[in-house]
Amino acid sequence: MLELEGIVMAFGGFHAVDGVTLSVEEGQVLGLIGPNGAGKTTLFNVIAGAYAPTAGTIRFLGEDITRLRTDERFHKGLVRTFQIPHEFHRLSVLENLMVVPPRQPGENLFANWFDWRRVRRVEEEVRQKAIEVLAFLELTHVANERAGHLSGGQKKLLELGRTMMTDAKLVLLDEPAAGVNRTLLRKLEEKIQILNREWGYTFILIEHDMEMIAKLCHPVVCMAEGKVLTQGEFLDVRNDPRVLEAYLGETVTEEPA
Amino acid sequence: MASIGLINYATFMGTMIGIYGILALGLNVQWGVTGLFNAGIAGFFAVGAYLSALLTAPPSPERIMGWELPVLVGWLGAMAGAALIAWPIGRVCLRFRSDYLAIATIGVAEVIRLVLRTEETLSGGARGITGVPRPFGGLEYSLSQFAYFALVIAVLLMVYWALERQLTAPWGRMMKAIRDNEQAAAAMGKDVERRRLESFVLGAAIMGLAGALYVHFMRAITPEAIDPMIATFLVWIMLILGGSGNNRGAILGAVIIWLIWSMSEFITDQLPADVATQAKYVRVFLIGLMLQLILRFRPEGLLPEESVQRTSHLAPPRS
Repeated sequence: MLELEGIVMAFGGFHAVDGVTLSVEEGQVLGLIGPNGAGKTTLFNVIAGAYAPTAGTIRFLGEDITRLRTDERFHKGLVRTFQIPHEFHRLSVLENLMVVPPRQPGENLFANWFDWRRVRRVEEEVRQKAIEVLAFLELTHVANERAGHLSGGQKKLLELGRTMMTDAKLVLLDEPAAGVNRTLLRKLEEKIQILNREWGYTFILIEHDMEMIAKLCHPVVCMAEGKVLTQGEFLDVRNDPRVLEAYLGETVTEEPA
Repeated sequence: MASIGLINYATFMGTMIGIYGILALGLNVQWGVTGLFNAGIAGFFAVGAYLSALLTAPPSPERIMGWELPVLVGWLGAMAGAALIAWPIGRVCLRFRSDYLAIATIGVAEVIRLVLRTEETLSGGARGITGVPRPFGGLEYSLSQFAYFALVIAVLLMVYWALERQLTAPWGRMMKAIRDNEQAAAAMGKDVERRRLESFVLGAAIMGLAGALYVHFMRAITPEAIDPMIATFLVWIMLILGGSGNNRGAILGAVIIWLIWSMSEFITDQLPADVATQAKYVRVFLIGLMLQLILRFRPEGLLPEESVQRTSHLAPPRS
């Protein structure tokens, strides 16, 4: 579904991502782990189109998307979330979701005047969908709050919710568990599993919470210093001595704080 | 009679408030909703004013145009002209961070002002353009003033209504999303650069319309009228005080700031001549002080932005 070939992302002389070749199959939940500064988020930015890679190609559903803008990749079904929540802080939670669906007729400057019946009809559908997504995420009680007022964990759920407002095929989740309390975390895992199994989403998941990785991800890819160190089943990756070394002696079963 | 003078003064103020209200609404589209830092409002105002004047005024041997077209054509031309000027500026500057746009728009506004002052064949130079027709201009003075005041208010209400509809539509929601978080908006499939350009051009057209309303009210225009202090800075304060992101706030801000601005002129004019020139700066100081106070105590303005989409039947009332 997604093939990365020889991706290099250099900032000046520093190679944040240094020749990553990786492929993701449809239906997978691929876990991307590695110590801080391994280049995971930079790789996400390259896949999502926020950065143009210094070298390498990205193929998505058989098509070369290396030169496409972020918004064009979104329309192909490639959707991302952010490590630090990027909510639309002055919009309500409901509006944050309603913004997302692509090709809304009401986004045309003139349709609102000349095709308003259709605008209104689509708007009602979008609202219903947003209400359903809020119910799924158990965020209905904060629907009318400003998104900027949500807690960190709720913002994470909202980020996930935005990916549900479009026909996403591949979703990039950047540390969905960071800053989320234990109860919410279990809920989040459950939601991701439902989206994977029932909605047919493919995921790439960056996460430091190894419990979550163990539970959800197959396969697991470990990066260090901009390169793919190893990949495979979670237990194999965890027990790989190079991975242990990359984490500088930290035992990976313990959660890095 | 004193009361007639007072009524005339009130009509004059009301008309100016209407014109500044439209300017503030234009800025609200650009800054309040889309987050575009336009520091060259005076430029778009000037383009609208001069273009409408040239389209409708009688010809003069010293300058171009003077086509004596109907006033409505002048207004539409003013909007189109301001939009046309905004388009290339937006194309070049909107991909950069907002501070670049601010610098570029200041620069363009100054260029426009200097060209209008020096290019006599275009603008009549320092003497400006006179003999600009005014709708209802043939009526007796007070009546004519009042009729034009009513017209300006009608236009203000129309612009308000149209923008209110536009900004509560998905279009406005998308612009607010781009304002709140550009990266996330792009990640949610919005073409940030193109959408910003739409908003910038629309706002500029509204500012051009305000310029046209002004020139037909004054029946003449000179380069002094497009002083950035009044036509740019004052409009910014109106929007910030009233509440950026809120159309009613923009209009409320225009009312309050214009009242302070012209009332304080009233007072400084009563002072002896040698103090009066210095006292003019006190007015600027007052406005600046006001800005400080708003930003300190009510940063969202008197009427903060409201969210549009609610699920009133689903969610419990705010606690």
